[in-house]
Parts: sequence; C-alpha cells; structure tokens
Amino acid sequence: MIDVNIYRYNPETDKFPYTQTYSIKKPEKDIMLLELLNLLKEQDSSISYRRSCREGVCGSDGMNINGKNGLACITPISEAIKNNKIELRPLPGLPVIRDLVVDMTEFYAQYDKIKPFLQNETQPPVQERLQSPVDRDKLDGLYECILCACCSTSCPSFWWNPDKFVGPAALLQAYRFIADSRDTKTAERLEALSDPFSVYRCHGIMNCVNVCPKDLNPNKAIGEIKSMLLSGSKKENIIASDGMS
Amino acid sequence: METYNSSNIKTLEFDALIIGGGGSGMRTSLELAKSGLKTAVVSKVFPTRSHTVSAQGGITCAIASADPNDDWRWHMYDTVKGSDYIGDQDAIEYMCSEGPKAVFELEHMGLPFSRFDNGRIYQRPFGGQSKDFGKGGQAARTCAAADRTGHALLHTLYQNNIKEGSNFLNEWFAVDLVLNQAKEVTGVIAFSIESGEVAYLKSQATVMATGGAGRIYSSTTNALINTGDGLGMALRAGFPAQDMEMWQFHPTGIYGAGSLVTEGCRGEGGYLINAEGERFMERYAPNAKDLAGRDVVARSMVLEILEGRGCGENKDHVFLKLDHLGADVLNAKLPGICELSRTFAGVDPVYNPIPVVPTCHYMMGGTPTNIHGQAYTQSNGVDEIVSGLFSVGEAACVSVHGANRLGGNSLLDLVVFGRAAGIHIQEALKTGGGVANADRDDIDQALDSLNKINSSNEGFEVAEVKRELQSVMQNYFGVFRRGDYMEKGVAALGDIREKISNLHLKDKSMAFNTSRVEALELQNLFEVAEATAIASFQRTESRGAHARDDFKERDDENWLCHSLYDPIQKTLNKRDVNFAPAQVETFEPKVRTY
Repeated sequence: MIDVNIYRYNPETDKFPYTQTYSIKKPEKDIMLLELLNLLKEQDSSISYRRSCREGVCGSDGMNINGKNGLACITPISEAIKNNKIELRPLPGLPVIRDLVVDMTEFYAQYDKIKPFLQNETQPPVQERLQSPVDRDKLDGLYECILCACCSTSCPSFWWNPDKFVGPAALLQAYRFIADSRDTKTAERLEALSDPFSVYRCHGIMNCVNVCPKDLNPNKAIGEIKSMLLSGSKKENIIASDGMS
Repeated sequence: METYNSSNIKTLEFDALIIGGGGSGMRTSLELAKSGLKTAVVSKVFPTRSHTVSAQGGITCAIASADPNDDWRWHMYDTVKGSDYIGDQDAIEYMCSEGPKAVFELEHMGLPFSRFDNGRIYQRPFGGQSKDFGKGGQAARTCAAADRTGHALLHTLYQNNIKEGSNFLNEWFAVDLVLNQAKEVTGVIAFSIESGEVAYLKSQATVMATGGAGRIYSSTTNALINTGDGLGMALRAGFPAQDMEMWQFHPTGIYGAGSLVTEGCRGEGGYLINAEGERFMERYAPNAKDLAGRDVVARSMVLEILEGRGCGENKDHVFLKLDHLGADVLNAKLPGICELSRTFAGVDPVYNPIPVVPTCHYMMGGTPTNIHGQAYTQSNGVDEIVSGLFSVGEAACVSVHGANRLGGNSLLDLVVFGRAAGIHIQEALKTGGGVANADRDDIDQALDSLNKINSSNEGFEVAEVKRELQSVMQNYFGVFRRGDYMEKGVAALGDIREKISNLHLKDKSMAFNTSRVEALELQNLFEVAEATAIASFQRTESRGAHARDDFKERDDENWLCHSLYDPIQKTLNKRDVNFAPAQVETFEPKVRTY
C-alpha cells in the first residue's frame, strides 16, 4: 500500500485547505502519476486537477510532487514514491481555485505582457520570409515551452513579485522573439524589460532549470537578455545554443 | 441543487461564437478578431492545451519549396486517391489550392518552421505523396517545425490571437445547442468550469471547432479531452453526421497509454504474440507475416482478442516481442521505442514484450459542411444549410479526407477551413445574415441535460460506463469489422444508452468540478459512438479505413457516396460525393494501389 497525500480545498465547503490521505494498493506496473490520480478520482470523484494530452506536451498537469514541480503525466510513480508516500500539492505561489488547480491569471498576464508574437513592420513577401537554418537554430530550446508554469511557480522571485517580475517562462518567450531574425522590435522588447523588476529580479537561483519538464533553460535566456541590456550586444551576435541545458 | 431555466441564468450576447480553442477554432477566431465583430472562443481548456499541440510530422502543402515544380493539383490527386474517392473534390481542390496562402500566413505570424539551406520552409516526404499525378515518384510536401509542428502551429495561433485581441472564455464548457422554433442555432448553454456559473451564450453564428472523439475507443492516440463535444451536441439537437464509420487506426499503440510504436520494430525482426505465446501472424499472412499491410495486421490482432487469445487480465491486447533482438540492436536501432515503452508501458523491451493494441487516431467523419463551414442537414434527400451552425477541423466533414486521411492533411484542413469559415461569417453577418431569437422554452429545453445530471441522486458511475462504452467500441468497431460482431455491438450500445440517460453525478459542487465535465463528456462520446456503430454496420463494403471481413471489396456501384447518419431515426442515408472541381478535370475512381 502507498499513501497519496493530496492537498484538498473546495472554496464552497472548506474554510481552510487540508491534506487528505488516500491509501491505495501500489500498482504492479510503473504507471504515471496522472494515471494514479485518475484511479483515485474513480474512488473519490471530487478530486480536482487539470489534464489533457497525457504525454507531456500540453502543459496542463503541472503540480508540486514531493516538493518539486513537475508534470504528473510523465512522472512515473516509481520516481514519485518516497517512503511509501506521495505528496501532491498545487503549484506554489498562485492562488488555489480547488485542490490541485491553481489560478494562472498572473502567469498568463506576464506572458501577454512580453508581446509573445512576431513583430515585423515590413510588408511580408508573397511567400514565406526567408530564414537561414543557422538563424532558425537560435530558436531551439526556446519555442518548445509548453506554458506549464512549473518554472515560474518554483521561482522565489516570482513568488514575491508575480505582478512585476516577468518570470522565467515569459522571459524565455521574450528571448524567443528577441532571438528571431524575422522580428524587428528587438530594441523595444529590451526597453520594455529594462526596469528594475521585469528581468533584474532574477537572481540565478536556477530552480527553473531544475524543474523544467522539457529540459529548457530559462536561466540562460535571462542571462542573454541581461547581457543585451547591459552591454548593448546586438541580435546579430546571438549564437544558437547546442541544446539550451 | 437549483434547477436552471431561462430566467435564472444570464445571457451573454455575441455576433459569433467559436466552440473550441484548437487549431481550427483559433484560425477562425483570428479571422474574426480583425473584423470588429463581437466574438468569443469558448474552450474547455486553456487554448494551448488543445489536442492540435500533439501533432508532430507537419502540414502538407504544395508550397514548392523542396521541389520548385511542385503543383497543388498533384497534392489534390494524392488526397482524392487517399480518400478512396469519397472525398469531395470541390473541397479538396479548395484546400490544396488555397493551402500555400494559409501556410505562408502562418509563417508570417511567426511559426518557427524548420528551414532548407536557401532559407525556405523545410518539407519532408510523407505517405501517399506523389509527383505528377502518381507518375513522378515520391514527393516531399510536408512542411515541418522539427517533429513538433502541431505545438508550433497552436502556439503561433494563440500568440496571434493575443495580438489581435481575441476574446476567450477559457475553461468554459459548452453543454448543448440552443435552437429556435425554426430549428436555427442561436447559441449554446455553457458554464464556467472555474465558478460553475451557467449562461446562455447567444450568437448569430455558432462554430463547432471541437476536434475529434478518439476517446470513444479504449486505445487511442488522442488526448483525454477528445470527447467529440460539438458533434455530440449536434447529434442531440437532431443534426446529422457524415461518414462516421471512417476512423483511422494504427496497428501498434502501447496498450493503456496509446502512444505509437513504430512499424520499424517489426522491420527489425520483432513480431506479435498472443496469450499462448504463438506468433499468430504466420496463420493470417504466411508470407509477409508481421510485415503484412497495417490493416491486415491490425485486423488479425483484433481477431485474436475476440477469440479469447488476448493477453493480460482482461485478455484485451497482444504483445510485441523484441527481446530476441538483443540489447545492442535495440539500443542502437530502436532507442526511442525503448524509452517510450519504459515510460508508458513500464516495460523494458530488452527483457519483456510490449503490450500493444490497434490504436484509434483520427475521425474522418463529422458534421457535414460546405467549404465555408456551413453545416448541412438533409430534408427528403436534399441538402439544406442549418442557419447559425458552422463546423471546422476534425469535428467537421467538409469532406477532404473521405475514407482515409493522408498524413499532414489535418493541420492544413484546420487552417484553410478555419480561415474560410471566418471570412464567410464576417461577410454574411455584415450583409444582414443572422438568426431569429430563441424563446424561453427553447432555452429551457437546452438546459435539460445539465439539469438532469445535476439532479441525479442515484444511477450509474461515469468511469464504469465510460470503460464499458470504450470496450464495446474497441472490440466491435475497431480496425476490422464484421456484420455479426457489429450487430452485437449495436445491441450492447442500446443497453449503454440506458445507463447514459441515468448517470450519477455524486459531486454537485460548483467550483472546478471536473466530474460534472466528465459526465457530460461521456454523453457526447456516446452520441459519437452510436453514430459510428450504426454507420459502420450499414456500410456494406470495404473502403479506406472501413475494412469489413464480410464485405471485402469496394462497392462503387452502391457505396461511392457519403453516409449520412440521422440521429432521430437512427438510420443511415446516402449523400452524393462532389465530383465537380472548378479548375481541374474530375479525378475518376480507380483501383487504389500504392
């Protein structure tokens, strides 16, 4: 038997959150944590969590697993079980809507703030804009983000200033457009990040790198942004990473 | 809990409403965002969690990058042939000829396509692609962003919807269509998953962009959210569904998880075994054995399971044996499969066989539409447009895929027809098109299913009934079909309908109650499953993905047509296939060989 301790909170009935322990026979097969949750939900349909693709690409089921953020659907229970227990809590630092479901409004607001879309004022050609493979390679390790929020919600700087510090996920996307040879708003994008909070509240704690389920490296992207802000280094000097982490 | 009626719920009014925030829905909304019309995208998940995100290989389109002489007419020929000749040639012509424009637009929006040395978009070869109308060899026509094209496409569309200021109702669940007395669609009943608040979302145009329903089967590559909600709503409202017997399968998906295992495993010498350890393909295909055609292999697997030789506690899968190849070969040639199998089957193929089942992948059928996304119904065999109702993407059957979809054509379908529907709706609404109001009774009627589930004090468990439904569909309507089995399946579904009408929702709470969503999703799954079952039973031929053992041949004399399922009579009618493209000669049906 294993004990799955789940953070429970239903705003309609609970004044305070509490931990509920579900004892369940340890499955013979090493299933994913999401599947285990689905089994528990068959016993207790009131447990609430988000899920969609169940293969690690949609970013729905980010949660705090034994103190570390990760995706339930690609975390085998063999990795999650510690002393016959699994502790499941919502992603830290965001308001809890119910159980393992957090309100991601602030996280998405930071994403919107960095203008996460290509900006190019020149008239597009009839066909595609050309981009060399070398320039395209600069986007690898950046565009693959699935917006699961594991990184930003593991970041103490984001916990303190979720409204002012852009956070690792959105900064990774800010850099994704700064690094894109087709985007012409590099100066404006950097200017928008030049205040004391947006990017400078990153103190290189590296939690973001430790938890990213896609093995991306927001810390490195943030370093590049800082370097461009401080030294005025140019877009042309960006070098493709051979895998960001 | 409170019974909802037209007086105690609020009404939110829009010009256009898009149900679904995947590729097709967000391409439609992008078009409408620029129009100044009041639009909302209603999505049960945050848009980038939609299943488009899982598409990998690419978007097929004759942009003439890999081959400067490529021609959309060649792409059209391949698609017509791939459809086994029941794809509509006017729609396929539109998709293939408009495709390049739609793909270049995506690039201009920032989609990070992979590139050739000359800076143009990278294209790779895919199945069923040819040059010069099948005479010029293999083409490379699939535009790719590495093997994450769906992710790149979905995120790019979401980003550009942010740019254009689109209005999203994220984590809202649409329950049922509202119809006025003239049977026009005037919007939907929906609720906010976060708060539980119910509303009538009133609209002049309601676009179903709700994707597929692969979850009618127990084994599918589809996301958990692919429950055919739009189609379920349309069927409950009495609108027909087209070509529902046409589902695309892959022989080897990992049992339980559905992740794909490449055919390359069998190419390297792996083979399938049943519960008795027998290499059963030797009986079905003495020469090619495990490397027979995918449909043959998948069919043989299902027969083994139906005849009681399936593996595992429930005898509902077979094994793919690889261990005899040795660790060196496996690690060198199939490392990805080894990893996938360890991750999703808990099995290391170096020591143990991988549990596999034929895996449902894509719904070729759906709500019949024209190229503008306008939904059709039929009255006495004559097509009629349903005022106010549109459908795009996998939920729709326009039909560009016919009986079998070619790889890379689904992403093209999403953007071409999402865009087309958006263009049509803004023109139509600006010139005064629209629908009459629904009255109170109409709205109350659309609240029925929600009220019923909310007031259930006893009844059947959602998870149990869902498992039963998926098992019936998997066993009787899989890759391989036979009249006598399907008859049993249709009867079993009759029993399940009783349970579907009497589901028990234990948790009646409002805030983020996912069990309510799952109960309503199951009702949609059931509608799609029933349409699939009846259409499959009644199409007495084999064509494309619909392979019948009791009717092995394609029967052009009787079945060179769409099937149209009538959910009220539960009967199957026939509908003409379009053979009249505007710019090219008709592609006449031929024997389909590759």
